[in-house]
Amino acid sequence: MQSKDISGFGKLTLGAGLAFLYVPILILIVYSFNASKLVTVWASFSTHWYGVLFNDDAVISAFGLSLKIALFSSAMSVVLGTIAGLVLARFGPFKGKSLFAGMLTAPMVMPEVITGLSMLLLFVEMQQWFGFPAERGMLTIWVGHVTLCMAYVTVVIRSRLVEMDRSVEEAAMDLGARPFKIFFQITLPIIAPAIASSFLLAFTLSIDDLVITAFLSGPGSTTLPQLIFSRVRLGLNPEINALATMTVLVVTLLVVGANRMMVKAERRRARLAAAA
Amino acid sequence: MMSRLLSLRDSRAAAARPARRSAWWQRALPRGQSLVTAIPYGWLLLFFLVPFLFVLQISFSDVEIASPPYRALLSRAEDVVSLALNFGNYRYIFGDPLYFDAYLSSLYMAGVTTLICLVVGYPIAYTIARAPEAKRNTLLMLVMLPFWTSFLVRVYAWMGILDNEGLLNQALLALGLIDEPLQLMHTQLSVQIVMVYAYLPFMILPLFSNLVKLDGRLLEASADLGCRPWQTFLRVTLPLSKNGVIAGSMLVFIPAVGEFVIPELVGTPESLMIGKVLWMEFFDNNNWPMAASVTIVMVALLIAPIIYLHKREEKALARAAAR
Repeated sequence: MQSKDISGFGKLTLGAGLAFLYVPILILIVYSFNASKLVTVWASFSTHWYGVLFNDDAVISAFGLSLKIALFSSAMSVVLGTIAGLVLARFGPFKGKSLFAGMLTAPMVMPEVITGLSMLLLFVEMQQWFGFPAERGMLTIWVGHVTLCMAYVTVVIRSRLVEMDRSVEEAAMDLGARPFKIFFQITLPIIAPAIASSFLLAFTLSIDDLVITAFLSGPGSTTLPQLIFSRVRLGLNPEINALATMTVLVVTLLVVGANRMMVKAERRRARLAAAA
Repeated sequence: MMSRLLSLRDSRAAAARPARRSAWWQRALPRGQSLVTAIPYGWLLLFFLVPFLFVLQISFSDVEIASPPYRALLSRAEDVVSLALNFGNYRYIFGDPLYFDAYLSSLYMAGVTTLICLVVGYPIAYTIARAPEAKRNTLLMLVMLPFWTSFLVRVYAWMGILDNEGLLNQALLALGLIDEPLQLMHTQLSVQIVMVYAYLPFMILPLFSNLVKLDGRLLEASADLGCRPWQTFLRVTLPLSKNGVIAGSMLVFIPAVGEFVIPELVGTPESLMIGKVLWMEFFDNNNWPMAASVTIVMVALLIAPIIYLHKREEKALARAAAR
């Protein structure tokens, strides 16, 4: 469904909608360059709070921990989510499939307080029974994030596999390739862009997560969202404006870059399809 | 296709071997596949499903000053195992207006958020879906970009606007519309605004992917047959986008019921939402059994909509696979 151009009403709606989405973020960015300690009172332009931010050891170590957890959880969730996507898209019906699919939908919509508390209670019981994990920290947070992120990865990979043209897979099968070989040499390269974008999605979900992390973290493991939350609870804080601005900048660059890459890959695929 | 071929090969191999009783998991799936499936399946069983059994168990327990702070349900004294179930937590939840009101106000807030998101999100999704293909991708990215940026950052952005000395009050004062600052922050209104802001992308995306598939010729046919634009919308577009509306509404409503961060940062201390109650029971009161009971009741409330959403999504995927 498409038309020549966006109608007048459409332009108005889009304009209002985008303003609603972006004005708060723009204001946040503008006030991060405010010299005043009071966030909402404009004094003069200054990059003072960025200096404060980059010299804040608590912020830097929390960021390091968040980055580490996000990398490890997105890597693991991409592996598990890709397998789960393959199982759901290719393996046909099997006993317990609907439970499996259900356990993949639920973490995405379930309020995070529920997921967080239930996982924590599991770890506490596990510790009582087996003495492991000995304490809450990076490992327990990692498990929580992987469980949350793999659900999202599965959705992306599964829908890509469902819409994918299977003739190449079938040709390889007819030529006698083993299923593992088919997966690694045919399927995986074809769905590579979907894997890349699901990695990015998992990464942003993990590095941003507060609630599940709060339940699963222990003393000494404070992630960046936890640090931001504990400071924001006390009220407005110009250093947080600077930190938020940095976040917005990095995410924008990442997403715009990834989107460009996807559009290019899509065009190439369309050209190849047209040529064939 | 691949699965059928795989199972064919496997059954041929099985026929060559002497018949042997296979375990249930081998009967459920061909062998190589069951091994592969076991990895994510096992992970989810252990880390997603089993934890709920512990929540259920602890919800029937008592608080104890110990580590962990609850009493085990099964106890053994002189070789007699005894089971002690405590229904007190649940009696408390249904009897104490604090909890009951919190559930009610959470459902109310989530419902209103869903409705506003639908009204605001529908025209945006519709416009993007109707836009020329070249612009569609960019527009969709623009709408989804805030979703990728940190949730906390998005909530924090509103704190500066809604504050008593905040920018909205400054603007209204400067325009002479009000004489003294309005109490915007820490009200029901502020929670509502920020919830709509935070959850809007979850409404727009499923609506867009539904509306983009709508056949434009149907709208032309409707116009040719004399429908006014709003009639076409009510009689053609809206009924055809029903699946998108339902998916989007569920994606907003279900997580919004248990929202914690927004009521904590911009809400009133008096009116509690259930996500916040759970958090306080757990972190502030250290009452794990109560927190577990609150969780169980919340799961009981949300499980039906979750299953409903899941079933619909599975059906849509099966249709897509059949094409």
